[in-house]
Amino acid sequence: MDFKDYKGVWVFIEQKDDQVASVSLELLGAGRKLADKRGVELAGILIGENVKHLTKTVFEYGADTVYLYDQPIFKHYRTESYMKGVLDCSDKHKPEIILFGATSTGKDLASAVATDLPTGLTADTTELDVEEDTGLLLASRPAFGGNIMATILCKKYRPQMATVRSKVMKALEPEPGRAGKIVEETISLKEDDIRTKVLEIVKETVRKVRIDEADIIVAGGKGLGSYEGFQLIHHLAETIGGAVGASRDVVEAGWIDHAHQVGQTGVTVTPKIYFAIGISGAIQHIVGMKNSGLIIAINKDKEAPIFQNCHYGIVGDAFEIVPILIEMFENALSKEKVDIASKG
Amino acid sequence: MLHIVACIKQVPDTKIIKMNPKTNTMDRRTAPAILNPYDAHAVEEAVRLKERYGGTVSVVTMGPPPAVTAIKKCIEIGADEGYLITDRRFAGADTLATSYAVTKAIEKISKEKPVDLIICGKMSIDGDTGQVGPGIARRLDIPPLTSVNKVVELNPDEKYAIVHRKLEDGYEVVRSTLPCLFSVEKTINEVPYSPLPNMLRAARYQPHIWSVDDLEDVDIKQLGLKGSPTIVSKVWAPPKPAGGTFLEGSPREQAEQLLSVVLEKKELFQGKGGM
Ligand SMILES: Cc1cc2nc3c(=O)[nH]c(=O)nc-3n(C[C@H](O)[C@H](O)[C@H](O)COP(=O)(O)OP(=O)(O)OC[C@H]3O[C@@H](n4cnc5c(N)ncnc54)[C@H](O)[C@@H]3O)c2cc1C
Ligand SMILES: Cc1cc2nc3c(=O)[nH]c(=O)nc-3n(C[C@H](O)[C@H](O)[C@H](O)COP(=O)(O)OP(=O)(O)OC[C@H]3O[C@@H](n4cnc5c(N)ncnc54)[C@H](O)[C@@H]3O)c2cc1C
Repeated sequence: MDFKDYKGVWVFIEQKDDQVASVSLELLGAGRKLADKRGVELAGILIGENVKHLTKTVFEYGADTVYLYDQPIFKHYRTESYMKGVLDCSDKHKPEIILFGATSTGKDLASAVATDLPTGLTADTTELDVEEDTGLLLASRPAFGGNIMATILCKKYRPQMATVRSKVMKALEPEPGRAGKIVEETISLKEDDIRTKVLEIVKETVRKVRIDEADIIVAGGKGLGSYEGFQLIHHLAETIGGAVGASRDVVEAGWIDHAHQVGQTGVTVTPKIYFAIGISGAIQHIVGMKNSGLIIAINKDKEAPIFQNCHYGIVGDAFEIVPILIEMFENALSKEKVDIASKG
Repeated sequence: MLHIVACIKQVPDTKIIKMNPKTNTMDRRTAPAILNPYDAHAVEEAVRLKERYGGTVSVVTMGPPPAVTAIKKCIEIGADEGYLITDRRFAGADTLATSYAVTKAIEKISKEKPVDLIICGKMSIDGDTGQVGPGIARRLDIPPLTSVNKVVELNPDEKYAIVHRKLEDGYEVVRSTLPCLFSVEKTINEVPYSPLPNMLRAARYQPHIWSVDDLEDVDIKQLGLKGSPTIVSKVWAPPKPAGGTFLEGSPREQAEQLLSVVLEKKELFQGKGGM
């Protein structure tokens, strides 16, 4: 294997419901930095049916080239068909690095592709860098339940591959009208060659909470003491129009559904404001919220690690502080409403 | 007869693990080895399918000799047979080398009794990658189905399976040919306390133990550290951020200061509260 044949940084562009996944835009931002450091191209690989118009977005967020596989067989994501697309493209155009979002689709696809190539695959990366001269990808990730960080290297194989957590990398400001090169590819794959069929897609009728999209999150921990105590969190969240987050211990106690869990084995969130109330601040929780804009911690233990990870801390009893906050916010926000209303 | 193989891993209990702050390695004494929690669900699902359709459940693991304990745990859940592949030459495997070795074991198992279905856990709680399941499927050239949270139907005669795959906003119903491989979510089932007869059987049970030499057509270069394209180059403790400002005063004063900080982000609150 001659490494000189492998050039360029690629991002697998995940798309669904006619939209590019936000993690893919974040990866274009991260990939741009790697590509610039290496002096190579940044490319997106876009697979789907009727997705050509999405290339515009991919260029605006930083790609120089898009490899496009737009065929009916790619209507639904399926490991075998998408994998064949990525393998075909990699064989033809030989990238040095391919990044995937660490979503269920991205992980599924990357695991299959890496096995067939074969090459190394770093999972759930949270830090990315590249050696300028050798092109060696330095992909770092939490392991052992977040207790350690490890840098994983793949020295002897190309391309180097990694899945990258969402909400960790930053997307570039889109540059309207930025254009690039579209390379259209097709593969000869018949429906009969694919051993899985998507029979139906069922959207859950109750809209699932998406706390990763909220601007404000009020998160509560075991310090609330009981299911009843935890209702205080709901109350504050309602008052200020925020979503409710929780630590794992709260979810395990059954006070709230897993969809609300923030952290390593829950959701990674980056709201503008994050309240951590009665949460000790275990590393597995911190990794899921540390990039929030403004972190406010309320805990009765001054030594709680959460205070190392917040912008403002209040040492005190949640049952004393939070009701005061609710009352003050109610007053302040209703005044805001009047102000805005009177402005017309 | 239906033959299901569940792949399992013995892991340190990361919930109570303590790290040595100097070396950033695990203090193994503080971390008892357990059956990877996700794999308990994989075995449980295999056992339920056996109860529904008849057949046999085998479990297989690559690991050090103490992994026998994890196999016994699976027998308690209701597995019929257990296979441990253990050899120094497996040591240091990344996911690619792990899927290679486990595939070789499954190939040998299926020579005795053809395998219809392989079930893996979603991920391990130590390595935490979720890459081994799809890797095994690719090596055996069978379809990988990840994020499975319900098995609707299994038809060993007509050789197909229908499952639900969890999506972010719902699920999809997928039909696959058999044999295939599932990686299952924890939500697929609940693992009940094991019935006494299973416990008794597990206590006496001796798994099949194979070394590399017992496997067939093995390319030694693809095993263990040598067969692993990825290497762990550096390990460190996650950085500790600087820490914040403590608000002072009575609870009411503190709340007031907090309010003014938060309300600086005024734009977030406009239009809230039914406007
Ligand atoms: C592999 C692995 C994955 C994990 N994933 C996650 C994850 O995704 N998310 C997650 O959150 N955790 C996760 N954890 C668990 C994590 O290690 C902690 O156990 C958990 O976050 C603790 O939850 P807590 O802060 O609510 O509870 P505790 O640690 O019990 O903290 C309660 C806090 O409340 C304070 N308190 C008590 N009473 C009051 C009061 N009246 N007013 C104010 N403060 C009060 C206490 O001082 C204490 O600091 C994971 C662990 C492992 C091993
Ligand atoms: C700090 C650290 C970081 C690592 N990072 C990476 C990385 O980024 N990329 C990489 O390729 N490797 C990595 N590894 C190596 C990886 O942990 C090992 O290859 C491990 O043997 C399998 O991966 P896993 O634990 O992630 O399993 P997963 O892929 O998470 O396991 C999924 C399922 O596969 C089955 N399975 C897993 N292991 C076995 C087994 N031994 N026997 C039978 N069935 C099994 C189980 O059903 C399990 O539920 C890392 C190791 C360490 C110590």
